[in-house]
Amino acid sequence: MARFKRHHALPGFGLTMGFTLCYLSLIVLIPLSTLLLRSAGLGWSGLWQTATSPRVLAAYKLTFGASVIAAGINGLFGFIVAWTLVRYRFPGKRFVDAMVDLPFALPTAVSGIALTAVYSANGWIGRHLDAIGIKAAFSPLGVTIALTFIGLPFVVRTLQPALEDLDMEVEEAASSLGANRIQTLQRVILPSVMPALLTGFTLAFARAIGEYGSVVFISGNMPMKTEIVPLLIVSKLEQYDYAGAAALGLSMLMISFVILLAINGIQWWSQRHRAGA
Amino acid sequence: MSIEVQHISKTFGSFVALDDVNLTVPTGQLVALLGPSGSGKTTLLRVIAGLEQATPAPGIDSGIRFHDEDVSHTPVRHRKVGFVFQHYALFRHMNVFENGAFGLRVARPRSRKLQIQERVHQLLALIQLEGLAHRYPSQLSGGQRQRVALARALAVQPKVLLLDEPFGALDAQVRQELRRWLRRLHDQLHVTSVFVTHDQDEALEVADRVVVMNRGRVEQVGTPDEVFHHPATEFVMHFLGQVNQFHGRVEEGRVRFGNLELPFPQYAHNQDGAARVFIRPHDVTIDTKTNGLPSIQATIERIHSAGAVVRLEMRTDAGQLLFAEISQERFATMHLTYGGTVFVRPRHIRVFTDDYDNCTRSAPLSI
Amino acid sequence: MAGAASLHARATIVQPRAIAEPKLVRWTLIGTTLAFLSLFLFVPLAAVFYEALRKGLSAYLHSFTDPAALAAIKLTLLAAGIAVPVNLVFGLAASWAIAKFQFRGKHLLITLIDLPFAVSPVVSGMIYVLLYGANGYLGPWLIAHNVQIIFALPGIVLATVFVTFPFVAREVIPLMQSQGTQEEQAAMTLGASGWQTFWRVTLPGVKWAMLYGVILSNARAMGEFGAVSVVSGHIRGKTNTMPLHVEILYNEYNFVAAFAVASLLALLALATLGLKTLVEWRSAVALAQAEANPVVQEKAS
Repeated sequence: MARFKRHHALPGFGLTMGFTLCYLSLIVLIPLSTLLLRSAGLGWSGLWQTATSPRVLAAYKLTFGASVIAAGINGLFGFIVAWTLVRYRFPGKRFVDAMVDLPFALPTAVSGIALTAVYSANGWIGRHLDAIGIKAAFSPLGVTIALTFIGLPFVVRTLQPALEDLDMEVEEAASSLGANRIQTLQRVILPSVMPALLTGFTLAFARAIGEYGSVVFISGNMPMKTEIVPLLIVSKLEQYDYAGAAALGLSMLMISFVILLAINGIQWWSQRHRAGA
Repeated sequence: MSIEVQHISKTFGSFVALDDVNLTVPTGQLVALLGPSGSGKTTLLRVIAGLEQATPAPGIDSGIRFHDEDVSHTPVRHRKVGFVFQHYALFRHMNVFENGAFGLRVARPRSRKLQIQERVHQLLALIQLEGLAHRYPSQLSGGQRQRVALARALAVQPKVLLLDEPFGALDAQVRQELRRWLRRLHDQLHVTSVFVTHDQDEALEVADRVVVMNRGRVEQVGTPDEVFHHPATEFVMHFLGQVNQFHGRVEEGRVRFGNLELPFPQYAHNQDGAARVFIRPHDVTIDTKTNGLPSIQATIERIHSAGAVVRLEMRTDAGQLLFAEISQERFATMHLTYGGTVFVRPRHIRVFTDDYDNCTRSAPLSI
Repeated sequence: MAGAASLHARATIVQPRAIAEPKLVRWTLIGTTLAFLSLFLFVPLAAVFYEALRKGLSAYLHSFTDPAALAAIKLTLLAAGIAVPVNLVFGLAASWAIAKFQFRGKHLLITLIDLPFAVSPVVSGMIYVLLYGANGYLGPWLIAHNVQIIFALPGIVLATVFVTFPFVAREVIPLMQSQGTQEEQAAMTLGASGWQTFWRVTLPGVKWAMLYGVILSNARAMGEFGAVSVVSGHIRGKTNTMPLHVEILYNEYNFVAAFAVASLLALLALATLGLKTLVEWRSAVALAQAEANPVVQEKAS
């Protein structure tokens, strides 16, 4: 009978609910709705023109391309990091574990200049890359590096609980049935943590698409080459092209919604999957 | 402080949890609300406490009175009830002492520290947990938590004490102990108390009066003796202890069931019709030979002799399962075996019939 | 979408011998982990302090005597000092309404509260420009009444409030939900008022989750760049927060000063991680304590 409203003995529902809805509307909903209103001012053809101008298309290509690659790198190495942190003991592990959240805690501007300093042609790492002819900073590779940094915690932190929850008896069963570790990984471990891995990948991807601060320093911001969509929004705003900026912002918001739906879909699918197991 | 419940109904959506309940709890008594889950007993307790509001019934004089004072619209925090929750609901971030002091502190934030200390320690002595004042709930056993919850409720000197399944979450042995302890405590304090239980033994052993509830209605109110020996309805008959039920008829002042026909003077002037006949397992005599007295012939299917009494499961020729309880002494003299034939003679039966207007009448018959 | 950070105590699982990897594999994986994290985390972090101290300690300390730097530090503290408490109050109010009562549309409400995480920082700032900017919907009215929001403190605070909006709520709501309403009901029967119940019973039960949310939102509030950058106008000494000041100094090739201010922010980040780990540990202890009261679905009987 838990579905019935049974808690009215407690006071304060009207007050807290009213405050929540007012505050949510004033801070989030009404300001966000301006995106819709402004872009609507452009009309369909205007929207289409804004969204398909060559500079915008190039920015989208770079933003999505670098985000997918960065999320992919995080998927692979994030799995290894999470696995190591869950399964092995090594000196300094607690410290390493805590540091995984650094990209959350470090202001993006600081990450941006730090990565630029390290990966530019005379930086600690960029110097060695430069020696073998790879230009890291001020290139699409630099964008990818920044986005990898920013997405790292998402994959690791979604994978860790999933790996902890893995029933080790299943692995023992697999090995008792003659599977080696590689086969166990392929057939037992990966399938069970796949929803978490996909969720982490998607979260990292979503964060990467909108990222601004850490990218603008390392990318060099060359139109058509290393210009990302958020930067394009800022430059449109600086030219007082509010409608154009709103249209781009709206498109990014839509993409975020699709990604949110995808994450919910993954979770729904994995719950169903688990319930059936 | 007496409690009076008048015409109280409570619905959750389309589910009727309480259906026009009336009840009086006399001052100083310990009363059990007994019923199966879903019978409305916990809801009734929560309505008395003010944790739930009764569904208003227009045109009916309904309400809750504490000693003639209408408290229906008094919010829970001003009702001065002591409520003991089924899962204790101890404040987990407070130790035993702080739990006990909570009610005193919120009532008079400026009250003297010493007074509070004295009162709480007095209560901890009462519940025999003086040494554990600084323990946290997680460091206590289930029975200890239960007692702390009770002490916390008593600290504010409630007018009435309400307990929701007070022993429900405890294991059997602790239950037994706490039951007797609660009874002794009540005899000491004489606070008008109502407790909810689905365990008939608990209700019959502890309470002064038992209120049997079913489907949101009160089936019967009475002393443990009354409800056990003189059940008012078939539900009470079924709910309090095991019972054998037969479908029979009442005709011309005689009752017929199985292969038996007995004179039944109470129903002499009654309309003829269907009847339900109930026999408690301990109200039968078992014989291996027929001795001419009216009896039901049956075959023994099972014998449970490990216990204070020996319980028999038998099947009548008509295929009905029949339960009986006999003493160990009698069992020792009888040489009963599986598959053996016995004659079951009811000593005491209870007959329920439907009246013209579908009212149920019941009458006992001793044979 | 900072969905990955949440209050969660971690443990090492001891692998039984039969399914343990060979030593070589194990150390290769550990090595890979450390190398990857070094490349992306440790080396850049070290670079911040290295660059800041490159020209010696006195040059480093001298950077902080710049009035513009001090103004930036002040503004950052002010913006966070407003945004974090306001969002804390909101988070607690929303948690009470959502966790203690049943109503239609609860899931939608939770999703809407999480929404700011899904919005790009630049867009988060832009929406306030569209609303309050000179060419925004309320712009003309604001100019007529001589109120400046964009390119001023109110705009910076609004953008900061937006990006830190969900932090406290999303930590506290699930915990409050899992704790049920039994203790609150008990407090009411003992004569406590609504406020007394909240302060003495509910709040102590969620304090670690609340603190966790505050720590995370404070870090974000002080470090936010994209959203604030759009609404600030970059007026030196006036509307520059620390991250914006870092950008300006960097673009002026004043690297030592840029990294000096950045090093303060990096220290803030390290302190945040330290506190966060401490709270995770404390809340694990509190959780063990909380097992006293198993939360059981209430039944109507």
